[in-house]
Amino acid sequence: MLMIRRDLVDAMVAHARRDHPDEACGVLAGPAGADRPERIIEMLNSARSMTFYEFDSGDLIRLHRELESRDEEWVVFYHSHTATEAVPSRRDVDIAGYPEAHYVLISTRDPDTHELRSYRIIDGEVTEEPVEVVESYMFSHTGADDVPDAS
Amino acid sequence: MAVTVSVPTILRTHTGGEKSVDASGSTVAEVIEDLDTRHSGIKGRLVKDGSLHRFINVYVNDEDVRFAGGLDAAVHDGDNVTILPAVAGGCAGS
Repeated sequence: MLMIRRDLVDAMVAHARRDHPDEACGVLAGPAGADRPERIIEMLNSARSMTFYEFDSGDLIRLHRELESRDEEWVVFYHSHTATEAVPSRRDVDIAGYPEAHYVLISTRDPDTHELRSYRIIDGEVTEEPVEVVESYMFSHTGADDVPDAS
Repeated sequence: MAVTVSVPTILRTHTGGEKSVDASGSTVAEVIEDLDTRHSGIKGRLVKDGSLHRFINVYVNDEDVRFAGGLDAAVHDGDNVTILPAVAGGCAGS
Protein backbone atom coordinates (compact mmCIF):
# COMPACT_ATOMS: atom_id res chain seq x y z
CA MET A 1 0.00 0.00 0.00
CA LEU A 2 1.05 3.56 -0.62
CA MET A 3 0.11 6.01 2.11
CA ILE A 4 0.50 9.54 0.88
CA ARG A 5 -0.29 13.04 2.06
CA ARG A 6 -2.95 14.90 0.13
CA ASP A 7 -0.73 17.91 -0.57
CA LEU A 8 1.76 15.62 -2.34
CA VAL A 9 -1.01 14.14 -4.48
CA ASP A 10 -2.18 17.65 -5.32
CA ALA A 11 1.36 18.70 -6.22
CA MET A 12 1.89 15.72 -8.56
CA VAL A 13 -1.44 16.32 -10.27
CA ALA A 14 -0.69 20.02 -10.64
CA HIS A 15 2.68 19.18 -12.22
CA ALA A 16 1.05 16.72 -14.61
CA ARG A 17 -1.60 19.26 -15.58
CA ARG A 18 0.99 21.98 -16.13
CA ASP A 19 3.11 19.85 -18.48
CA HIS A 20 0.12 18.38 -20.32
CA PRO A 21 0.11 17.27 -23.16
CA ASP A 22 3.75 16.30 -22.56
CA GLU A 23 4.39 13.63 -19.98
CA ALA A 24 5.48 14.96 -16.59
CA CYS A 25 7.78 13.05 -14.25
CA GLY A 26 9.26 13.37 -10.80
CA VAL A 27 10.10 11.89 -7.44
CA LEU A 28 8.66 11.87 -3.97
CA ALA A 29 11.44 11.53 -1.44
CA GLY A 30 11.30 10.54 2.19
CA PRO A 31 13.47 9.41 5.09
CA ALA A 32 15.59 6.36 4.25
CA GLY A 33 13.87 3.15 5.20
CA ALA A 34 10.57 4.75 6.22
CA ASP A 35 8.56 4.18 3.01
CA ARG A 36 6.97 7.58 3.65
CA PRO A 37 6.98 10.29 0.96
CA GLU A 38 7.63 13.71 2.45
CA ARG A 39 8.55 16.05 -0.37
CA ILE A 40 8.20 16.38 -4.13
CA ILE A 41 11.01 16.93 -6.58
CA GLU A 42 9.70 17.77 -10.03
CA MET A 43 12.06 16.45 -12.68
CA LEU A 44 12.51 17.68 -16.21
CA ASN A 45 11.29 15.27 -18.85
CA SER A 46 14.41 15.34 -20.99
CA ALA A 47 12.44 13.69 -23.82
CA ARG A 48 9.83 16.50 -23.76
CA SER A 49 7.41 14.10 -25.35
CA MET A 50 3.73 13.26 -25.21
CA THR A 51 4.51 9.53 -25.26
CA PHE A 52 7.84 9.16 -23.46
CA TYR A 53 9.60 10.47 -20.41
CA GLU A 54 13.13 10.19 -19.16
CA PHE A 55 15.05 11.81 -16.34
CA ASP A 56 18.21 13.47 -17.58
CA SER A 57 21.08 11.23 -16.45
CA GLY A 58 22.91 14.16 -14.87
CA ASP A 59 19.80 15.22 -12.97
CA LEU A 60 19.41 11.63 -11.78
CA ILE A 61 22.89 11.32 -10.25
CA ARG A 62 22.64 14.79 -8.69
CA LEU A 63 19.32 13.85 -7.11
CA HIS A 64 20.83 10.55 -5.92
CA ARG A 65 23.65 12.44 -4.18
CA GLU A 66 21.30 15.00 -2.69
CA LEU A 67 19.08 12.32 -1.20
CA GLU A 68 22.11 10.43 0.14
CA SER A 69 23.41 13.53 1.86
CA ARG A 70 20.03 14.11 3.51
CA ASP A 71 19.64 10.46 4.49
CA GLU A 72 16.63 10.24 2.22
CA GLU A 73 15.60 7.93 -0.58
CA TRP A 74 13.24 7.99 -3.53
CA VAL A 75 9.98 6.53 -2.30
CA VAL A 76 7.85 7.25 -5.38
CA PHE A 77 8.62 7.72 -9.06
CA TYR A 78 5.67 9.36 -10.73
CA HIS A 79 4.84 10.17 -14.32
CA SER A 80 1.80 11.10 -16.31
CA HIS A 81 0.04 9.54 -19.24
CA THR A 82 -1.68 12.31 -21.09
CA ALA A 83 -3.86 10.38 -23.54
CA THR A 84 -4.20 6.96 -21.95
CA GLU A 85 -5.16 5.47 -18.61
CA ALA A 86 -2.97 5.44 -15.49
CA VAL A 87 -1.67 1.94 -16.12
CA PRO A 88 1.97 1.07 -16.78
CA SER A 89 2.70 0.56 -20.46
CA ARG A 90 4.83 -2.32 -21.64
CA ARG A 91 7.71 0.11 -21.95
CA ASP A 92 7.17 1.39 -18.40
CA VAL A 93 7.44 -2.19 -17.19
CA ASP A 94 10.44 -3.10 -19.34
CA ILE A 95 12.43 -0.11 -18.12
CA ALA A 96 11.37 -0.02 -14.46
CA GLY A 97 14.63 -0.43 -12.52
CA TYR A 98 13.66 0.31 -8.94
CA PRO A 99 11.87 -2.62 -7.29
CA GLU A 100 12.06 -0.77 -3.97
CA ALA A 101 9.97 2.18 -5.19
CA HIS A 102 6.31 2.88 -5.76
CA TYR A 103 5.47 3.77 -9.36
CA VAL A 104 2.64 6.28 -9.44
CA LEU A 105 0.87 7.00 -12.70
CA ILE A 106 -1.40 9.96 -13.27
CA SER A 107 -3.68 10.21 -16.25
CA THR A 108 -4.58 13.69 -17.44
CA ARG A 109 -6.53 12.63 -20.52
CA ASP A 110 -9.74 13.91 -18.93
CA PRO A 111 -9.49 17.68 -18.42
CA ASP A 112 -11.79 17.64 -15.40
CA THR A 113 -10.84 14.58 -13.43
CA HIS A 114 -7.52 12.85 -13.05
CA GLU A 115 -6.80 9.22 -12.40
CA LEU A 116 -3.97 8.32 -10.00
CA ARG A 117 -2.85 4.75 -9.36
CA SER A 118 0.19 3.15 -7.76
CA TYR A 119 2.14 0.04 -8.64
CA ARG A 120 5.10 -2.08 -7.71
CA ILE A 121 7.06 -3.27 -10.71
CA ILE A 122 9.41 -6.14 -9.89
CA ASP A 123 11.10 -8.39 -12.45
CA GLY A 124 8.66 -7.38 -15.12
CA GLU A 125 5.68 -8.13 -12.93
CA VAL A 126 3.23 -5.34 -12.17
CA THR A 127 1.19 -5.31 -8.97
CA GLU A 128 -1.26 -2.53 -8.36
CA GLU A 129 -1.50 -1.41 -4.75
CA PRO A 130 -4.08 0.61 -2.82
CA VAL A 131 -3.41 4.31 -2.35
CA GLU A 132 -4.45 5.80 0.96
CA VAL A 133 -4.53 9.58 0.89
CA VAL A 134 -4.19 11.17 4.33
CA GLU A 135 -4.15 14.74 5.55
CA SER A 136 -1.16 14.05 7.78
CA TYR A 137 0.94 11.04 8.70
CA MET A 138 0.81 12.02 12.35
CA PHE A 139 -2.32 10.06 13.16
CA SER A 140 -1.71 7.34 10.62
CA HIS A 141 0.30 4.32 11.56
CA THR A 142 2.91 3.92 8.86
CA GLY A 143 4.63 1.03 10.54
CA ALA A 144 7.90 2.87 10.14
CA ASP A 145 8.34 5.23 13.04
CA ASP A 146 6.40 7.59 15.24
CA VAL A 147 7.97 10.84 14.19
CA PRO A 148 5.32 13.31 13.09
CA ASP A 149 5.56 15.49 10.03
CA ALA A 150 7.06 18.94 10.17
CA SER A 151 3.70 20.24 9.00
CA MET B 1 43.19 0.29 -10.96
CA ALA B 2 41.03 -0.40 -7.92
CA VAL B 3 37.64 1.24 -7.91
CA THR B 4 34.50 1.15 -5.82
CA VAL B 5 31.26 0.33 -7.57
CA SER B 6 27.87 1.40 -6.17
CA VAL B 7 25.26 -1.19 -7.07
CA PRO B 8 21.55 -0.36 -7.31
CA THR B 9 18.98 -2.51 -5.49
CA ILE B 10 17.91 -4.27 -8.66
CA LEU B 11 21.42 -5.68 -9.23
CA ARG B 12 22.17 -6.63 -5.65
CA THR B 13 20.93 -10.14 -6.31
CA HIS B 14 24.29 -10.51 -8.06
CA THR B 15 26.34 -9.09 -5.19
CA GLY B 16 24.82 -10.99 -2.28
CA GLY B 17 22.96 -7.87 -1.25
CA GLU B 18 26.05 -5.65 -1.14
CA LYS B 19 25.41 -2.06 -2.23
CA SER B 20 29.07 -1.29 -2.77
CA VAL B 21 31.70 -3.66 -4.15
CA ASP B 22 35.33 -3.46 -5.25
CA ALA B 23 36.50 -4.02 -8.79
CA SER B 24 39.48 -3.28 -10.96
CA GLY B 25 40.18 -2.21 -14.52
CA SER B 26 41.40 0.74 -16.51
CA THR B 27 38.20 1.21 -18.53
CA VAL B 28 34.52 0.83 -17.73
CA ALA B 29 34.47 -2.33 -19.87
CA GLU B 30 37.32 -3.86 -17.86
CA VAL B 31 35.64 -2.95 -14.60
CA ILE B 32 32.45 -4.66 -15.75
CA GLU B 33 34.41 -7.75 -16.88
CA ASP B 34 36.08 -7.91 -13.49
CA LEU B 35 32.76 -7.44 -11.71
CA ASP B 36 31.29 -10.31 -13.67
CA THR B 37 34.03 -12.71 -12.57
CA ARG B 38 33.04 -12.09 -8.95
CA HIS B 39 29.34 -11.40 -9.36
CA SER B 40 28.23 -13.72 -12.09
CA GLY B 41 25.59 -12.42 -14.49
CA ILE B 42 25.98 -8.76 -13.72
CA LYS B 43 27.59 -7.99 -17.07
CA GLY B 44 24.50 -9.24 -18.89
CA ARG B 45 22.43 -6.69 -17.00
CA LEU B 46 24.70 -3.80 -18.00
CA VAL B 47 25.93 -4.53 -21.51
CA LYS B 48 23.93 -5.43 -24.55
CA ASP B 49 25.36 -6.10 -28.01
CA GLY B 50 28.73 -4.71 -27.01
CA SER B 51 27.56 -1.40 -25.63
CA LEU B 52 26.02 -0.10 -22.48
CA HIS B 53 22.37 -1.00 -22.07
CA ARG B 54 20.23 1.94 -23.19
CA PHE B 55 18.45 2.22 -19.85
CA ILE B 56 21.39 1.69 -17.53
CA ASN B 57 23.38 4.75 -16.52
CA VAL B 58 27.00 4.29 -15.46
CA TYR B 59 28.87 7.18 -13.90
CA VAL B 60 32.55 7.58 -13.11
CA ASN B 61 32.86 10.12 -10.31
CA ASP B 62 29.32 11.21 -11.16
CA GLU B 63 30.05 11.80 -14.86
CA ASP B 64 27.80 9.83 -17.21
CA VAL B 65 30.22 7.63 -19.19
CA ARG B 66 28.08 8.01 -22.32
CA PHE B 67 29.68 11.41 -22.68
CA ALA B 68 33.18 10.08 -21.98
CA GLY B 69 33.59 7.17 -24.39
CA GLY B 70 31.01 4.73 -23.10
CA LEU B 71 32.50 1.35 -22.24
CA ASP B 72 35.92 2.70 -23.28
CA ALA B 73 35.76 5.51 -20.72
CA ALA B 74 38.86 5.56 -18.55
CA VAL B 75 38.80 4.82 -14.85
CA HIS B 76 41.56 5.61 -12.41
CA ASP B 77 42.66 4.27 -9.08
CA GLY B 78 40.21 5.27 -6.39
CA ASP B 79 37.45 6.30 -8.77
CA ASN B 80 33.86 5.84 -7.79
CA VAL B 81 31.70 4.01 -10.31
CA THR B 82 27.95 4.35 -9.80
CA ILE B 83 25.31 2.33 -11.61
CA LEU B 84 21.78 3.76 -11.71
CA PRO B 85 18.95 2.38 -13.81
CA ALA B 86 17.44 5.10 -15.97
CA VAL B 87 14.09 6.47 -14.88
CA ALA B 88 12.10 6.45 -18.08
CA GLY B 89 9.01 5.10 -19.77
CA GLY B 90 5.82 6.45 -21.18
CA CYS B 91 2.53 5.57 -22.66
CA ALA B 92 3.73 4.37 -26.08
CA GLY B 93 3.40 0.61 -26.05
CA SER B 94 6.92 -0.60 -26.63
